[in-house]
Amino acid sequence: MRHLSYREAMREALREALAANPRVFLMGEDIGKYGGTYAVTKGLLEEFGPERIRDTPLSELGFVGAGIGAALGGMRPIVEVMTVNFSLLSLDQIVNSAAAFRHMSGGQFSVPLVVRIATGAGRQVAAQHSHSLENWYAHVPGLTVLAPATVEDARGMLAGALADPDPVIIFEHVQLYNAEGDLPEPWTTDIHSAAVRRAGRDVSLITYGGSLPKALAAAERLSGEGIEAEVVDLRVLRPLDAPTILASVRKCRRAVVIDEGWRTGSLAAEIVAQIAEQALYDLDAPPVRVCSEEVPIPYAKHMEDAALPQTEKIVAAAKGLIGSEVPA
Amino acid sequence: MIEFKLPSLGADMDQGKLVEWKVKPGDAVKRGQVVAVVDTSKAAVEVEIWQDGTLFEQLVPIGEKVPVGTVLATLLAPGETREQAEQQKRAARPALKPAAAVPAPPPPVAAPMTGAIAQRRPVSPAARKHARELGVDVDTVAGTGPHGAVTVEDVEKAAAAPAPPDRYVEMRKAIAAAMSRSKREIPHYYLSETIPMQRAAEWLARENEKRPVTERILMGALQIKAVALALARVPELNGFWRNGAFEPATGVHIGVAISIRQGGLIPPAIHDVDKKGLPELMRALSDLVARTRAGSLRSSEMSDPTITVTNLGETGVESVFGVIYPPQVALVGFGRMETRPWSEDGKLFTAPLVTASLSGDHRASNGIRGARFLAELRERLQHPEEL
Repeated sequence: MRHLSYREAMREALREALAANPRVFLMGEDIGKYGGTYAVTKGLLEEFGPERIRDTPLSELGFVGAGIGAALGGMRPIVEVMTVNFSLLSLDQIVNSAAAFRHMSGGQFSVPLVVRIATGAGRQVAAQHSHSLENWYAHVPGLTVLAPATVEDARGMLAGALADPDPVIIFEHVQLYNAEGDLPEPWTTDIHSAAVRRAGRDVSLITYGGSLPKALAAAERLSGEGIEAEVVDLRVLRPLDAPTILASVRKCRRAVVIDEGWRTGSLAAEIVAQIAEQALYDLDAPPVRVCSEEVPIPYAKHMEDAALPQTEKIVAAAKGLIGSEVPA
Repeated sequence: MIEFKLPSLGADMDQGKLVEWKVKPGDAVKRGQVVAVVDTSKAAVEVEIWQDGTLFEQLVPIGEKVPVGTVLATLLAPGETREQAEQQKRAARPALKPAAAVPAPPPPVAAPMTGAIAQRRPVSPAARKHARELGVDVDTVAGTGPHGAVTVEDVEKAAAAPAPPDRYVEMRKAIAAAMSRSKREIPHYYLSETIPMQRAAEWLARENEKRPVTERILMGALQIKAVALALARVPELNGFWRNGAFEPATGVHIGVAISIRQGGLIPPAIHDVDKKGLPELMRALSDLVARTRAGSLRSSEMSDPTITVTNLGETGVESVFGVIYPPQVALVGFGRMETRPWSEDGKLFTAPLVTASLSGDHRASNGIRGARFLAELRERLQHPEEL
């Protein structure tokens, strides 16, 4: 068991991949000399050299496209995109090329590409660097979308992504990089299942990524009031692990879905729909969502905080489902 | 297309709540088949259907309270196709008028429909399902969830608690309505007759010696059978007073007053008592008592009695003069059987005696016919081997 940060765990995973396979290389803005916007790739240029740690021009369309070409040519590129907002420039490459190649070539070509994308708000970098658009990618068949939220997943999920013959998008919430945690040895991670991070019985808090620590804090607060919340970490945003989600909802009979995306058309909306479709008769209250307010994420600190899902909002939503009486 | 309507399961019933469908669209149904369970204020009753066909559409959802006569479902008559039924359904609807220049006012049904939806109590889907599993009536459960919604825990608490008092109140109300109507409308006359029971008691003791304990016949069964046979002589006591006239019944279906927990009283029918042998009648009686107390009666049993028999002998009263259950026209009562002095053929001795009484509807019969009935009843009980 080691104690380390999410950033360090991610860097270890990258270093391990680079050392293990000469066809793995890194590409992205400021990942080399600068060490990465969030310092994830710090030191890797010195260790592996500029051939394998490649700084790119400010052109997501270009360098993600180059990654796809490299993957088609037999390489195992790991492309970093600075924020999900910027990734929209590469959306055409990812949706129209990477995700579609296997299907359009009748299975002759696959694109073993890994794209790491920073996402989320909370750092006062305003509306062009703070959004959570994971669900745009989770909408697209042909992609696997991961959202590691713990040190263990930051350390372990990259290997699974590299082993996948098809494109995998990894979303790293910017507020998680400094989070520290224990890494069990050996760690076991997969890129298929959701995980119950805290067992409970009265309400399911279903979330992922940067909202996981908030949901765990909310569960702790609720426990002090006699409400035992179960916290489900989605981990994999596409394909969703419905059995784990539904098992938790069926047990607790109430669900709060927490998602930093905007409410309308959110991943939370998809999860609520699946609950309604498959577990309606197990519900004791209508499922609710705690999402970001429907505004571009504000710059001012108090405004930004007010716009995002917060522990207090999750606690209030959960208590609203329990009703006038705390369960015995 | 055949319409299956909610039948009246008793004179005091004007609405019922659909508890369960026993068949689904597409199922073939046969005359006499139990197709649904309906909760009257008295009991959950299995409702039979009286026509053969194939269930086409269920029109009333489970849990809905509807007035008697409401079409619960439609059936395809034998040989009828779905297409024909659809066509008939379309034809039944008012034909669409050609588009007018002036927008038509909203249809008048819109308001009551939205009203009904707004009044629906919040019951969580899980609670509704669980209530069905536990046999709990969600309408009687207090909700503690968001907006007062009924939750699974509320249902579990309600199931664990003793049966809610309002069920008893409802049944009391139903009995009150029927009995008030009876005393308001029916000019009762009362007759009684002491019947020696020595022969019947001795014969029954001998008969029962031959039978295993579980198949023994009770005196009550003999009395009911004797009533059925005596009615053949006085048919104006067996039937209904409806729309100012007596309607004789086509069979002898005797309603047996059965007391249930918490002061309730239900008189379901044993069908064709006059055609049943004693062992068969006894089985029917035991089965009826058990099912009445379990709350699983069939609709025909609830609505069919053509006369009622009440036996208060167990409680120890000498005689009972009952209130007729409308629209029936007579009620026969038996008190306790007791050994008392009795004289016959100039000799005085002791013998088991029972007082039989008749409450008759004077609109349908006269006292002299009632007397004839009691005399016939007494005679029948002197020849138990013929019962």
